[in-house]
Amino acid sequence: MAKFTKKKEGDLPAVSTASLPDIVFMLLFFFMTVTTMKDSSLLVENTLPNATEIKKLEKKDRVIYIFVGKPTQEYQKVFGSEPRIQLNDKFANVDEVGSYILAERAKKPQELQNVLTTALKVDKNANMGLITDIKQELRKVNALKVNYTTYEGDAFNNLQ
Amino acid sequence: MPRRKGAPEVNAGSMADIAFLLLIFFLVTTTIETDAGLDRMLPPIEPPEEDVIIRQKNIFTVNINKNGQLLVEDELMNLKNLRSAAIGFLENNADGSCTYCKGKKDPGSSDNPTKAIISLKNDRETKYSTYITVQNELVGAYNDLRNREAQRLYQRDFTDMESEYLNPETPSSVRDELKDKVKRIQDMFPQKLSEADTSTN
Repeated sequence: MAKFTKKKEGDLPAVSTASLPDIVFMLLFFFMTVTTMKDSSLLVENTLPNATEIKKLEKKDRVIYIFVGKPTQEYQKVFGSEPRIQLNDKFANVDEVGSYILAERAKKPQELQNVLTTALKVDKNANMGLITDIKQELRKVNALKVNYTTYEGDAFNNLQ
Repeated sequence: MPRRKGAPEVNAGSMADIAFLLLIFFLVTTTIETDAGLDRMLPPIEPPEEDVIIRQKNIFTVNINKNGQLLVEDELMNLKNLRSAAIGFLENNADGSCTYCKGKKDPGSSDNPTKAIISLKNDRETKYSTYITVQNELVGAYNDLRNREAQRLYQRDFTDMESEYLNPETPSSVRDELKDKVKRIQDMFPQKLSEADTSTN
């Protein structure tokens, strides 16, 4: 008579997966806490240069970002391939920088308005002419604290 | 009346699936930000009330042309030598008032670190990456000197002390103690790096 053979005693018991949710939740919470949602998508190429003498930008709520670089492939037809300024989600001209800074500053709480930093995220292939114009605009609105955002790395790699 | 059973147990077998789904979502959207960079102060737009007369020998001029070449004190210089040249200028100590400097006391160079000014000029067509490299070297020159003095006085690096001082997680008791030290080192070599308006020609 056909009969299923009895399981042998030496068989490995199934690994308990009961703690799997706990492990996954732990990972989940880790990523949830370190996640920062991108608040603006990049319209420009943005490969930052390297530097060694850098300081961390603490406290994100005190930072205003300005992106500069060549428009990405899909925007090159419309905006050309010369480096452009990106403020929030759109391209801008140099003369709009001042009003943008003032508008962003007005959005921040009163006590932070004097300690704001402007982070310049500039593509390494941009020219200084545009940056100088931006700096001039920043001086006009008295936003004197700037941070040239860079990657950490040997600065001489920039020259290649 | 039949005894009612307790509430049926909810099957938690799919909890892992749900958690995985969320996990994968956050994994994909995560960008661990690497925001760090060179901190600089721009000069205010209104010129100072009175003109301060600065002697030419106290100014260390660095010019970057559009090809990325450096003109330092009217001489062509390789970028690799810029840091040591800047250090030599900053701690030259021509008037002998700086006791901790190890400079050459060349009378044609800066009087003492508090008077020494580095002036950085660039062309409109200079590449940003070159500019950052030069900025990095100049800031590095200050940091090298400050680190040296901090090592001598407090047996630790200035950059290390400063980042601990600026870190908001540092307890305030430690921060108060660091504040004086950081201030003292900063005053020994005040960072005077002027970014003049770009030459247009």
